[in-house]
Amino acid sequence: MSTESKIERHTIAVLVDNEAGVLARVVGLFSGRGYNIESLTVAEVDKAGHTSRITIVTSGTPMVIEQIKAQLERLVPVHKVVDLTVEAPGIEREMALVKVAGTGERRVEALRLSDAFRARVIDTTHSSFIFEVTGAPDKIDAFVGLMRPLGLVDVSRTGVVAIARGPDAM
Amino acid sequence: MAATEMTGAEIIVKALTDQGVDTIFGYPGGAVLPIYDALFQQNQIRHILVRHEQGAVHAAEGYARSTGKPGVVLVTSGPGATNAVTGLTDALMDSIPIICLTGQVPTHLIGTDAFQECDTVGITRPCTKHNWLVNSAKELTRVMHEAFYVATNGRPGPVVIDIPKDVQFQKAEYVGPQNIVHKTYRPKIKGDIDKIRQAIELIAHAKKPLFYTGGGIINSGPLASQLMRDFVKMTGFPITSTLMGLGAFPASDPQWLGMVGMHGTYEANHAMHDCDVMINLGARFDDRVTGRVDAFAPNSKKIHVDIDASSINKIVHVDVGIVGDAAHVLEDMIRIWKAKAIQLDKPAMAAWWKQVESWRAKKSLNYTHSDEVIKPQYAVERLYQLTKDRDTYITTEVGQHQMWAAQHYHFEKPNHWMTSGGLGTMGYGLPAAVGVQIAHPDALVIDIAGEASIQMCMQEISTAVQFMLPVKIFILNNEYMGMVRQWQQLLHGGRYSHSYSDALPDFVKLAEAYGAVGIRAEKPSELDEKIKQMIDVKAPVIFDCRVDQMENVYPMIPSGAAHNEMILSDSKDEPAVSEEGKMLV
Ligand SMILES: Cc1ncc(C[n+]2csc(CCOP(=O)(O)OP(=O)(O)O)c2C)c(N)n1
Ligand SMILES: [Mg+2]
Repeated sequence: MSTESKIERHTIAVLVDNEAGVLARVVGLFSGRGYNIESLTVAEVDKAGHTSRITIVTSGTPMVIEQIKAQLERLVPVHKVVDLTVEAPGIEREMALVKVAGTGERRVEALRLSDAFRARVIDTTHSSFIFEVTGAPDKIDAFVGLMRPLGLVDVSRTGVVAIARGPDAM
Repeated sequence: MAATEMTGAEIIVKALTDQGVDTIFGYPGGAVLPIYDALFQQNQIRHILVRHEQGAVHAAEGYARSTGKPGVVLVTSGPGATNAVTGLTDALMDSIPIICLTGQVPTHLIGTDAFQECDTVGITRPCTKHNWLVNSAKELTRVMHEAFYVATNGRPGPVVIDIPKDVQFQKAEYVGPQNIVHKTYRPKIKGDIDKIRQAIELIAHAKKPLFYTGGGIINSGPLASQLMRDFVKMTGFPITSTLMGLGAFPASDPQWLGMVGMHGTYEANHAMHDCDVMINLGARFDDRVTGRVDAFAPNSKKIHVDIDASSINKIVHVDVGIVGDAAHVLEDMIRIWKAKAIQLDKPAMAAWWKQVESWRAKKSLNYTHSDEVIKPQYAVERLYQLTKDRDTYITTEVGQHQMWAAQHYHFEKPNHWMTSGGLGTMGYGLPAAVGVQIAHPDALVIDIAGEASIQMCMQEISTAVQFMLPVKIFILNNEYMGMVRQWQQLLHGGRYSHSYSDALPDFVKLAEAYGAVGIRAEKPSELDEKIKQMIDVKAPVIFDCRVDQMENVYPMIPSGAAHNEMILSDSKDEPAVSEEGKMLV
């Protein structure tokens, strides 16, 4: 279809039955059909009910996004698919652990900036910090960007989790 | 509950029986021996021993498509499972309900590269609708019944149940199918009534309407075909269908335009291009049908009824998309249509039909007859004339012969035409014919074949001989992979790179070697008599019909062209295939 349509970024929440291979099904769907995954997180959210929640950030034209949702919905172990970008605007958060090594001025500056980002120091040595920072993905990007010249060593990010605003369940 | 405790293998057989299975197609091996042992000790289920696991799946497809029931396959682990992959993919593409049971190495050996171990659920995940690895016999009953539910509900498709050998020996309780409810899978069957009303509104005001129907009508069942016929009659609109939809509407009816698409008729494709309201019932805008998408039916409003929500707006944007089962949606459409007492625009209808008839007058399926050499179209025509008054089922392989069969054999009823549409699997036709003949022992079952394709699953003739299945293999032998040769002629300067069928077997002798009957026809004058002879033989037949080697399939929408840019015959000038078109398949 019309290739001029513009690319949109969407966050999609998928509630799945927590059976073996369900994540492979979702990932295989994206790779097999050539869809883009910017971030994917998964964890069990209801032990008794055996359900897991997958949060996928993807991008594509409106037609592709519609396809992605329809394709997810037709996977057999999928309970529900919600587009948190359109159907139920949601809140997104990501957490990162950021290791910065250095001494002297750079070390002081890293600590000062981490404060501005409300990052917590969760490990420290004479020559390094590990920061825990939470926020929307672009806040994490910004923080990591600022740490780079100050001795950034390692980053581990959770990927985006998201939830709809308001009182209702997904 | 000790009374209902049984072994995993017994649970499998019991579940199959309770699901109404009378036949399974399979091939034994170490990892399924307990199941074979359980089969040995019962006589409700008939096991058809194929000669290759691909054949088992295609046979199950033929069985399923000709009966409307799911087909069941049993194969061993490792190579048994990997050999089934082509059949599973074929069934996925054409939405055929298949339950495929695969043996697996015992659970404690999984992941150790054990003998004949492969990651069956991993390999078959993208080529099944769903699959399961059963880790304990306790799960087996539920998985067995769920598998039938998933394979046959919603958009049908193949499923795989992978069963480790130790699970086949373990004891567990058996539960009947009525006690199992699937946790998540609830396909939408009834269409949204507001959308159906919108569709009726569009249809009522159409000036150049066209029904475009597909395999979904056949898959939905005979009721959908009947309702579709009723609705098409009520409206008086022209109707075309995809390759997969042939037979849902009778080919002898004047409203029938023939097949649409790359090798569809001139009238069907022009009507598709010019229509103002397109009513797509159970077809999926496949690229064989749409041609160039940006030039596809450019001035039409499109209605699309499909049981699979992901088919809607996948390739072509539609104005009204209705998710639901064809029979249910058609029932609602007819009810609303009748209640509204709709008056169609009669003069517009008359003008549209006049236009359609002028396209039809092109007689685009015509070909030049010969008294010297058998034209393949003529062979199919004669086959049709001599078999149409019997209960005849046609299967095909893939290539030119498949298209000639679709064009020149005419179907009046659903479920009588089985061809590999989506995957285009050479080797499909013979095993599919075996499956059809098992389900319809007294019918005339013919595989219209090519000499190249038939060699891909030739071994299944042995199955036919063993089970005394009088299938007829009607080979349009042009000594070429004709469809490949045609594309090489049209797109690659006539450089026939590796498309000549060299070192062909003598098919008559081959038939005899298998214990079947071989017949050869070389002249048009002897064709009728030989075909009659073939029909009368109560045994499998290989019919070697020697046809014109250089005949091409026309009409044709060249790759990358629009529906109103069809070519009708070989021309002296290079045909209009653009450089972009060459990139397409
Ligand atoms: C398994 C498989 N391999 C390759 C192809 C590509 N292919 C499509 S048609 C064709 C030639 C078929 O030749 P034949 O069976 O003689 O039929 P004809 O076109 O001559 O009627 C080939 C190789 C295919 N469809 N399936
Ligand atoms: Mg050939």
